[in-house]
Amino acid sequence: MKQSTETYVEPSQYPAGDFREPIAVIAPGHSYDSITGKLTGMVLTKHTPLAWFVVIGISFTLVMGLMMALTYLLAKGIGIWGNNIPVGWAFDIINFVWWIGIGHAGTLISAILLLFKQDWRTSINRFAEAMTLFAVACAAIFPIFHTGRPWLAAYWLFPYPNTMNLWPNFRSPLIWDVFAVSTYASVSAIFWFVGLIPDLATFRDRAEHPVLKRVYGMLALGWRGSAKHWYRYETAYLLLAGLSTPLVLSVHTVVSFDFAVAVLPGWHATIFPPYFVAGAIYAGFAMVLTLAIPLRALYGLHDFITMRHLENMAKVTLITGLVVVYGYGCEAFFGWYSGNEYERFMMKNRVYYGPYAWSYWALLLCNFIVPQMLWSKRLRRNLAVVFTVVMFVNVGMWLERFVIIVTSLHRDFLPSSWQMYYPTVWDFMTLFGTIGLFLTLMFVFVRILPMISIFEMRTLLPESRPHHPEGGSH
Amino acid sequence: MTLSDIRSRLDGLEGRTYWRSLEELADTAEFRDYVQREFPAQAGEFTDPAGRRQFLKLMGASLALAGVSACTRQPPEALVPYVRQPEELIPGRPLFFATAMPQGGVGMPLLAENHMGRPTKLEGNPEHPASLGATDVLSQASVLTLYDPDRSRTIASLGEIRTWSNFTAALQLAVGAQRTSGGAGLRILTEPISSPSLLDQIDTLKTNFPQAKWHQWDAVYGTVQGGAPGSLALYRFDRADVVVALDSDFLNSGGGSVRYSKDFSSRRRIGTPQQELNRLYAVEPVLSVTGANADHRLAMKAGEIHAFASGLAAAAGVPGTSGAASGEAGKWLRVLADDLKAHAGRSVVVAGDTQPAAVHALARAMNSALGNEGKTVHYTAPVIASPADGVASLADLVTEMNAGAVQLLLIVGTNPVFTAPADIDFRAALEKVPTRIHVGLYHDETAEHCHWHIPEAHYLESWGDVRAFDGTVSLIQPLIAPLYDGHSPIEVLAAINGTTGQSTMEIVKGYWTRAFGGQTKTTWTLRDASGGAYPNVDTFWRHALHDGFIASTSMLADGATIPAAPAAVAATSVPAVRGADAGQLEVVFRPDPYILDGRNANNGWLQELPKPLSKVTWDNVAYISPATASGMGIALSRAGNADQDLLEIEYQGRKARIPVWVMPGTADGVVVVHFGYGRKNAGRVGSGVGHDVFGLRSSATPWFGSGAKLTRTGEGYFVASTQNHFVMEGRHPVRVVDAEEYRADPKVVAEIGPERPADEESLYRRERGDHVTPTPFEYLSYRWGMAIDLNACTGCSACVIACVAENNIPVVGKTQVGRSREMHWLRVDTYFDGDPAAPSATYHQPVPCMQCEAAPCEPVCPVAATVHSDEGLNDMVYNRCVGTRYCSNNCPYKVRRFNFMLYADFTTPELMPQRNPDVTIRSRGVMEKCTYCVQRINSARIDSKTENRRVRDGEVQTACEQVCPADAIVFGDLNDPASRVVKLKEQQRNYGLLEDLGTRPRTTYLAKVRNPNKALA
Repeated sequence: MKQSTETYVEPSQYPAGDFREPIAVIAPGHSYDSITGKLTGMVLTKHTPLAWFVVIGISFTLVMGLMMALTYLLAKGIGIWGNNIPVGWAFDIINFVWWIGIGHAGTLISAILLLFKQDWRTSINRFAEAMTLFAVACAAIFPIFHTGRPWLAAYWLFPYPNTMNLWPNFRSPLIWDVFAVSTYASVSAIFWFVGLIPDLATFRDRAEHPVLKRVYGMLALGWRGSAKHWYRYETAYLLLAGLSTPLVLSVHTVVSFDFAVAVLPGWHATIFPPYFVAGAIYAGFAMVLTLAIPLRALYGLHDFITMRHLENMAKVTLITGLVVVYGYGCEAFFGWYSGNEYERFMMKNRVYYGPYAWSYWALLLCNFIVPQMLWSKRLRRNLAVVFTVVMFVNVGMWLERFVIIVTSLHRDFLPSSWQMYYPTVWDFMTLFGTIGLFLTLMFVFVRILPMISIFEMRTLLPESRPHHPEGGSH
Repeated sequence: MTLSDIRSRLDGLEGRTYWRSLEELADTAEFRDYVQREFPAQAGEFTDPAGRRQFLKLMGASLALAGVSACTRQPPEALVPYVRQPEELIPGRPLFFATAMPQGGVGMPLLAENHMGRPTKLEGNPEHPASLGATDVLSQASVLTLYDPDRSRTIASLGEIRTWSNFTAALQLAVGAQRTSGGAGLRILTEPISSPSLLDQIDTLKTNFPQAKWHQWDAVYGTVQGGAPGSLALYRFDRADVVVALDSDFLNSGGGSVRYSKDFSSRRRIGTPQQELNRLYAVEPVLSVTGANADHRLAMKAGEIHAFASGLAAAAGVPGTSGAASGEAGKWLRVLADDLKAHAGRSVVVAGDTQPAAVHALARAMNSALGNEGKTVHYTAPVIASPADGVASLADLVTEMNAGAVQLLLIVGTNPVFTAPADIDFRAALEKVPTRIHVGLYHDETAEHCHWHIPEAHYLESWGDVRAFDGTVSLIQPLIAPLYDGHSPIEVLAAINGTTGQSTMEIVKGYWTRAFGGQTKTTWTLRDASGGAYPNVDTFWRHALHDGFIASTSMLADGATIPAAPAAVAATSVPAVRGADAGQLEVVFRPDPYILDGRNANNGWLQELPKPLSKVTWDNVAYISPATASGMGIALSRAGNADQDLLEIEYQGRKARIPVWVMPGTADGVVVVHFGYGRKNAGRVGSGVGHDVFGLRSSATPWFGSGAKLTRTGEGYFVASTQNHFVMEGRHPVRVVDAEEYRADPKVVAEIGPERPADEESLYRRERGDHVTPTPFEYLSYRWGMAIDLNACTGCSACVIACVAENNIPVVGKTQVGRSREMHWLRVDTYFDGDPAAPSATYHQPVPCMQCEAAPCEPVCPVAATVHSDEGLNDMVYNRCVGTRYCSNNCPYKVRRFNFMLYADFTTPELMPQRNPDVTIRSRGVMEKCTYCVQRINSARIDSKTENRRVRDGEVQTACEQVCPADAIVFGDLNDPASRVVKLKEQQRNYGLLEDLGTRPRTTYLAKVRNPNKALA
């Protein structure tokens, strides 16, 4: 396999010569064999990088912390957290919305960019989808465990026929959440798995260990690569992409209804659905970059995840970030323009009057000021800078939910009920525990499944194109 | 496959054979497989016969069978019915018995609710003049003390368990030794006492032992500074147009506070804008509940009140008095004197219990000069027997104990080892007494230093009698047999007197039988309610027990003969405050309003009840004014519960530590110290809670004194308060108008507060009247609603604790309150108006669930656990609740309470019988809130259905309504146009809290109308 060097020259945006020739997505010099070999070799090898063990060691420790926190939660109740009256929701729902938001990039990349025929998505869609799935898994912990009686909430929120003759309250945004999130989780999982099938078959065929052969074989669902299989596969994948596309918009819209439907100043805002969706894509791309940059370095994937990919993602981050900042502006404007006593106080309290004003300014620093660095092409191509910026965005998006949830709740209508909220060690253990869970799942995924779609990468090769002198069939 | 294989196959064939390949020719299993498969180089096909259909069948069957096995077998339990059903006892229906609670020697008349033999809730006796159906915080909480698992359970001698006969034998031995000397070494130390039967026993004892002495000590009720007033003042606030309170908290302390609140609020609950209000002036060092209700309030050092009273007396024209003041106080003197004189005969000057006898004398002189005596105030002989100065009495006893003159000391009820003034070393003196007997509810600090400890019977488990603040005698009858081998003080004294073999009931009944025959020392007028004489003693006894009191013994009743009061102390003028004192820091002592001197320390309800005005729970604090605090560099505002500066107070060479609390309304240069906390062995609830400051309180200055020193220790101490913001932020949750303003334009109340869109601007269709609704629902049966008159509410918090008692509300503890997780369904909000440093007014607002018509909590619940009933209640279904807390987030009033942990006590067996059996005990993870006492509504509805009628107005009283001494809360059916609640809601003072949100609250408020004097504006 030919290994490209870091000095390779990026193709021009405007290729000379044949304009039918699309821009190269991956580094030149690859063949079917080199791609398949590189991407399967990452998994079907006995050599695991030391860094992998380090990350898994840390993240799995955090998972153990999460297990402990949740066990203690079940034993004692929500009281182990800092939640109180008036701040009924705090870290639990902040984390939920944060993780759901992070999950959005996967579906956006795999579905919407697929439909828009953005072929550069191919290098990142697989692990972005996996990230979606794992983020949703982390998010799903909270709606169940944040309730006072999770053993009942786990199934009472679903509409099932029962002897009590009771249905859930379909007027409640939390019920909409249940449908939105469970649909999202199942469609994402199916989409991801369907996309994996041809690659699983490749693994089955290439694996040498009989157990691995069997496991991958079972997961490949009998894929044999016949023309009929491919025909059905492509149809199913396109249909699923179509199905996922509205979900990108709907899930966070519904999550934003949790707040927008309430009467609380700071929640009760019509801007929330688009603003939340933009925020989710923003957070999602930031997280994809957060994972892509180190993984690319760790596994030497420079040929597949090129600077163009990273730059494109940085651009999407910048643009969605600006949309989010526009949302902040709208919120402030609405607060003032409404002329409503409570709305105006809410903004004042959020920005300078209240004890949590620091969180608003930290949020603006993270989500508004720092990402402006991405305007510069030079900085955008400096991965250390990009990584730092997206870490700020990750923190900033968490703070955004903190500002919306805690700052709005702690001072609402009657001054007599105003109180402060202070998180406890269990709140932090749960937050960092889910981060650990996310990283654990992500790294296990990278170790046992192809983190980049092998068969789709192959289609990016020049010989795959119908007009290529050597191509037209494979 | 080799060529030889093919050959061998071909060898066995006959005729023409066609073959596709050499392998087919070989016809091996391997080859068949090869031909069968499309891509032979890849993995095999799935050919398992157990296919999709088979799988689904199996899964379906196993799921169905799993359902079958899901039933639980209930454990067998035997139910044993009564063999002989007790008369009148219907399971599920409570019985009510009249009794009375002694507090500081004065009785609070009660009706005790008894469920199957267990008292669960106490209500006021509606017939009794001291209650008129209402009660106070302390009596509401006393039912918990009855079931307190930490009350002492056995008679003990030097730590060994003993029996009653052991005790009486030992007692006879000790008393026998005293007989020869006429009881020269016998001393009795009690709380203040008004009980005729007990006093009769003490009289007998004095006859038997002429040399014996009786002392009384009570750190709260029996302590005076500067002499006892001598006469008792009984006020008629319902007749007073102008009230001047001189450091008096008549609305919230003392045995008369319930009646006084009723009378006072009757002049505040105006029905029409034209109705005249009374006017209250308060002069006091610390903001009290009374001061918070004043139209004008002047913060003044306690030591300066004497001079102020003297000046006021001079200005009001009392001969022989003199005094003047400059500045604000001088203006006050003139204005007050003018207002008092303008309302001569319809005004009253009230002196506080903590003020010296001279101030009481001045007040009495003013009331005489103004012609108020006999109209708005009566001076009578005290109802508390031997109203000796408790401090002097205790000091005498200690002197004698130290001299070795005391051989046998009987301490009843009081806890002097903990509460005695700092300069009286009671504990050391106690060790010198050869035989020490303690009778008390708890094995407290004093019991630890006594030879014998006798568990005292709680008043709900003993016979007795007590006089109310106005002298009305109440009989105390037990609601339950003593839970822990308790004995009443009457029984113990009877044992000393040698009366054995008689039960307490026989002793009490015996006394009243003799009283009926006129054979007692005190002559009693025993008449029935209509003034007629009783035919015989049995009728009298039955009526007195049934009514709970003997009406003819009241001194407040119209036409009642009021015993002549002792002559007033000469009203002398005092010199102005000494120059040296003026600049000094004054320390003012106050008992904790609920814990008192520590006697209620183990009562969790009282510990958790937010103190009036400061809303502090579980701790005692030192109030200082914002100006004093800024001078010391102490932060003025709190965003939430946080560490407070721990102060060290040095006074008369003694030091104590206590956390500071910046309290608006405190006079500058005053530190107000609340005592009663810091108990060491109060029990599981009260031990080690708060700070003991009795070390600062001396016998010379038990209530106030000059010359204290404050230093910040630099340490912090966490104080849990339920409210941290006392400014209304321009939102007008409490709407306030001046009386004149309201009279001129009654619509003014509706114009206060945020703009509310007019109905025609609504997108929703109109309903009747001024309401709009998205889903009109016709309430055909009842439409429950509540009106709270903020002008009547004094902020005493009795409603909160009544709600706790009625609805089995758990105690969560200081840590949880500190995290803002208190469970009170009803809270009393306090707001200050005007300058935060020196507020011009204080407002109280009880906030229960508003039972909104368009309740924001209802649509957001995912499992429909909170729903609207067809009677308009916002019901909470505990069993369905999964605890998302979304309803609470969406409640603009934040009246929902969440069981963040398992707060209810499911394990302590002693506490189980206390619970109201009609109310579910909520478990962990469930939201709860005010239900408008739905159990009471249901009970009344059942009664009305059996009688085929509608529920009558007033038949359902919520617990908060029933307890309210100011009648501020009225509950009823909004569908009944004649109901009281409808009448109140028709007033133009009526408004809904946050009604601009469109929640359409069922609970509405009547705006506060103040009656300021223009001359002081």
